[in-house]
Amino acid sequence: MTSSLFEKLWQVHVISELGDSEYLLNIDRVFLHERTGSIALLSLEESGRTIASPENVFCTMDHIVSTRLGRNDNTEMPGGEKFIQATRQAAERAGIQLFDLTHPDQGIAHVVSPELGIAQPGITLVCPDSHTCTLGGLGALAWGIGSTNAEHALATNTLRVQKPKSMRVNFNGTLSDGVSAKDMIIHLISLLGTAGGSGYAVEFAGEAISNLSVEARLTLCNMAVEFSAFTGLVAPDEKTIEYVKGRPYAPSGEQWDKAVAHWQTLHSDPNARFDQEVNIDCKDIKHSVTWGTSPQDAMPANGQVPNPDELQDISSTRREAMQRALQYMALTPGDDINSVKIDAAFIGSCTNSRLSDLRLVADFLRGKKVADGVSAICVPGSSRVKREAEAEGIDKVLIDAGFEWRESGCSMCFYAGGETFGPNKRVISSTNRNFEGRQGPKTRTHIASPLTVAASACAGFIKSA
Amino acid sequence: MEKFITHTGIAAPLLRNNIDTDAIIPSREMKTVSKLGLCDGLFAVWRYLDEKARIPNPDFILNQPGYADASILISKRNFGCGSSREHAVWALKEYGFKCIIAESFGAIFYRNCIANGILPIQLSSEKIDQILRHKNNEIDIDLRSQKISFAGESVVFELAGNDRESLLEGLDPISSTLQLSEEINAFRNADQKKRTWLY
Ligand code: SF4
Repeated sequence: MTSSLFEKLWQVHVISELGDSEYLLNIDRVFLHERTGSIALLSLEESGRTIASPENVFCTMDHIVSTRLGRNDNTEMPGGEKFIQATRQAAERAGIQLFDLTHPDQGIAHVVSPELGIAQPGITLVCPDSHTCTLGGLGALAWGIGSTNAEHALATNTLRVQKPKSMRVNFNGTLSDGVSAKDMIIHLISLLGTAGGSGYAVEFAGEAISNLSVEARLTLCNMAVEFSAFTGLVAPDEKTIEYVKGRPYAPSGEQWDKAVAHWQTLHSDPNARFDQEVNIDCKDIKHSVTWGTSPQDAMPANGQVPNPDELQDISSTRREAMQRALQYMALTPGDDINSVKIDAAFIGSCTNSRLSDLRLVADFLRGKKVADGVSAICVPGSSRVKREAEAEGIDKVLIDAGFEWRESGCSMCFYAGGETFGPNKRVISSTNRNFEGRQGPKTRTHIASPLTVAASACAGFIKSA
Repeated sequence: MEKFITHTGIAAPLLRNNIDTDAIIPSREMKTVSKLGLCDGLFAVWRYLDEKARIPNPDFILNQPGYADASILISKRNFGCGSSREHAVWALKEYGFKCIIAESFGAIFYRNCIANGILPIQLSSEKIDQILRHKNNEIDIDLRSQKISFAGESVVFELAGNDRESLLEGLDPISSTLQLSEEINAFRNADQKKRTWLY
């Protein structure tokens, strides 16, 4: 029998079939954070239940914590310290590993779990956070869930899951210079729409995927949820195995060899069948930037803002949405996106705040300056990324260029009532969501690759590197 | 959990694609470590002219005459996409919504609805239009027959069997799963011998 990567991952974890394409799956690891994980822990306690396997549960502080240097429990978000303290106490009572504010491994959940080797190829990992799909970049079956389902996973080591259909997206050919994983996923979403992956587990394959670094694959899979996919996946290969090797929670010795032998079976067989297959020619992928308020509202970073009235084959709902987005973003159809001035540049988030991202940005910024009037901020994805970047002098390059250098966390990737760039401010951002108000009330977000963010920061307007 | 068998209520149309959970409840409205106290923040950006002072925006559907007591929401494609925050469902529930009808749903949001006893109904745009044409917007929903009735017309919908059962019976999925403990333990014992490095 030939199987797809997804089918293999699924089969390893099926405990039983519950009927109507619902399955009881074994869950190998659970990750929590102080924003939604805290509620899951407290609610579980209230119900009088306990965590079935606390050794497989990890918790970090990322969403609400301040990212200012010299931070403590006080946050920018009013009342945020309640979440931090409640999470700390609940984690302690539950006996789970907590990456607290001052822990050397603190950071954004989806950055921490791969870098510590908690996320590994072939495992199921869930977290009450939609970007858990990031970890599909390692070949893990990982997806975001709500707090109640997190409780379920904690109490039972399992989840009841409706089996998704399978899709493969083949990225054929090679990428143009400087075009990144971020541009690839934005391109895909703009092509098929934000609902394009709805109901599917999506495997990314093809030459361009093999060529990507493991960190770039994490970036790619990070936005699978923006494509409405159940999750994204990349088959583990030698690069993946090399990446996991030696990490604190990775297997070692004899266990390592056994794990690797299993991981090497995790790929789609040559004749594997998919419910849908999509082919993308990599030479069509440009440096991309979003113009609107949905990740599908994307365009080449040197193109013109589209005109909804000139597009023939769109629904009236889509036309209205485009008009609304243009209004929110204060853009006029036909505008040269390169002439659009920015107020701020943000490098961070679980999409693009890993060491490889920061290296790329530093290489570009060396000897350059952020344009006057642009407030530029870089927030490393984890405390480990921050330390490693500092050891390489990346912090210095960024600070010299005019960037602010922060402690790790989600920071201004989203607005929790604390820090924001401000109303009507235009931000170019390496994050994953450009929804209305995502970075603050009336803040206008353009998402792009870290390189495009850095180039724009220096130009003072949107610009591809 | 409260059972969902039948429901009669006012349906409020919120006809946009891709209404994300940030729009259903902005992050800044999730103020405490609790599932309660969220309904004031529901759709805060659209619902209030001044969010802080809570001054209602008369243009927003739930502020319009006849819709304040809506318990059914009708939307378009991909309702509840984006962030996994279950707060979106908790806020809708606390406001009084029992059922969301849309062309499609964000997957995590859909699961969160089932987990909280809210009925998510996926319908074609034609069927949604048929419901919307009906002006007196009180509609009847019967989950047993999977039928929505209004003004002498009706449309049928389909819900996966397990989800239907779980809503009809008001089941607590954790209790149901804990009853399968033996099977789970047997699986994990066997798995532990195969994937030794994970246990
Ligand atoms: S960095 Fe942004 S997208 Fe990622 S987990 Fe944090 S808030 Fe969510």
